Amino acid sequence: MLTYISIIITAIFINNIVFSQFLGICPFLGVSKKTSSALGMGAAVTFVIMIATVVAWLLQMYVLNPLGLQFLQTIVFILVIAFLVQLLEIIMKKTVPSLYQALGVFLPLITTNCAVLGVAILVIQKGFNLMEAVTYGFATSLGFTLALWIFAGIREQLELMPLPRAMKGVPIALICAGILAMAFMGFSGIKIQ
Amino acid sequence: MKKYWNILYNGIIPGNPVFVLLLGMCATLGTTSSAHNGMMMGIATAAVLICSNVVISMAKSVVPDKVRIPAFIVIIASFVTMLQLAVNAWLPSLNASLGIFIPLIVVNCVLLGRAEAFASKNGIFASFLDGFGTGLGFTIALILLGGVREILGTGKIFGAEIFPEDYGMLLFILAPGAFIALGYLIAIVNKIRKTC
Amino acid sequence: MKKLASTLPNMIISLGCITVIAGALLGWMYSITKEPIALQAEAQQQAAIAEVAPAFNNNPESDKWETTIDGNTFTVYPAYDNDKLVGAAVKGSSMNGFAGEIVVMCGFEADGTVKDYRVLQQAETPGLGTKMEMWFRDPAGARSVIGKNPDKTSFQVSKDAGGEIDGITAATISSRAFLETMRNAFEAYREYEKTQAEKK
Repeated sequence: MLTYISIIITAIFINNIVFSQFLGICPFLGVSKKTSSALGMGAAVTFVIMIATVVAWLLQMYVLNPLGLQFLQTIVFILVIAFLVQLLEIIMKKTVPSLYQALGVFLPLITTNCAVLGVAILVIQKGFNLMEAVTYGFATSLGFTLALWIFAGIREQLELMPLPRAMKGVPIALICAGILAMAFMGFSGIKIQ
Repeated sequence: MKKYWNILYNGIIPGNPVFVLLLGMCATLGTTSSAHNGMMMGIATAAVLICSNVVISMAKSVVPDKVRIPAFIVIIASFVTMLQLAVNAWLPSLNASLGIFIPLIVVNCVLLGRAEAFASKNGIFASFLDGFGTGLGFTIALILLGGVREILGTGKIFGAEIFPEDYGMLLFILAPGAFIALGYLIAIVNKIRKTC
Repeated sequence: MKKLASTLPNMIISLGCITVIAGALLGWMYSITKEPIALQAEAQQQAAIAEVAPAFNNNPESDKWETTIDGNTFTVYPAYDNDKLVGAAVKGSSMNGFAGEIVVMCGFEADGTVKDYRVLQQAETPGLGTKMEMWFRDPAGARSVIGKNPDKTSFQVSKDAGGEIDGITAATISSRAFLETMRNAFEAYREYEKTQAEKK
């Protein structure tokens, strides 16, 4: 039980995927102008990361490892993710159009979200079992959503600030992200034993 | 001749992938704790970009439109895997310093972006130049960011001491410094571009 | 050349061809890099042993001996010069670092004096904990562990009671984990000596 709590706390706060691992920065900068779209993106990413992690883990353990094809990891994982995103888009469109309306626009962006591929690879590198992998995937996406949501709140306020022209938009957003990352550094070194 | 020069130049300054197009941010922030690391990441990405651009440009007429994205992904991922194997075999120290960011070149938006916007519409030589220019622009940006972080953080540049390490601001080597340094660099580039 | 139309057979054939070509290329690349990769891993280990242990003429890899201290595995690579134990390289690890595992190859003389060390793996804070590779061999103050014997010198951070080694400034946790690995490696070496003495 403690392992799972430790994985969750570590993934959300101590090693936050955006602020300390630098994964998923593109959507972090791109879709964080409004809190509502930030939550939508977070939900879509959570969805894809959970499924992709499970599928990638199963493929690694039951196909790649027994066949000695570990070197194909990157290519297989990215294809799985691309395929899953397409599939999800089609399924959501047909079955839950309301959810598709809300999340649909974010789906194509997710294939090239390095957080998804990153988590799939990290889970294998860390040698997690399936339950741990799922927990890690879920916690990481929560950490991503949290980062996106806090950041979107800040950016909504930033829009109203008088700023030098060259600093407007991404530069000031990056500097704020740096200050946020500093806040998250306060969690580093915490151990749950 | 002028046309080719423009293609090459476009990737370096007016269409710089990091400072202007804001693509490939994860690798940019994650691997620039020193100028050397930034340069190695830039070269690795540029190598994959040039190869994938050339091959995609060769294959463009035999790939139907509807499956072009999966086809591009397969091509890019193959080159990344080859790079991974080569690095493991001949440059293991690079593997240790760049770590997970080598396989993550696959999802670097610069690669798919150039494939979609340029290589799938242009000839082989032009695509090669575009890959070279964009790769060079990416590498320059990474060296610049890595250099700034290394000087401010440790007082060194490419390992050569400029001022004693004790006066360095450690923050710039750590995660927050990456965001802040990149923010200011983009602001400076914005300023220069607007006055030119 | 005209673009192929997006009909189903066309799509399948072109994707299939690309995948097959990519697969063949990768297989070829894998076959030529397989050997260098295996060699690299082995060579690194061998180099680290040769660097930290006293001169030897046996094969430490085949004479290795393992033990577990505090839940971490310590591997002793004994160094023999003409069948006389002259020291050892001990690969050990600690999970008590600031971030993740620290793996160190520690070299000892026959009497347990630290000859040299190599940090093989660590994920400590860049610019702080990562200094351990250089710090603990720096002759300034009481930083260096080289030439000291854990039996006579207390391998604890000087901030802690009784400690006689200066820890890295602002990275006490990393320093403690490093010294803990050294202490345990020393223990492992002593244990190995004992088992060898009993054999004889």
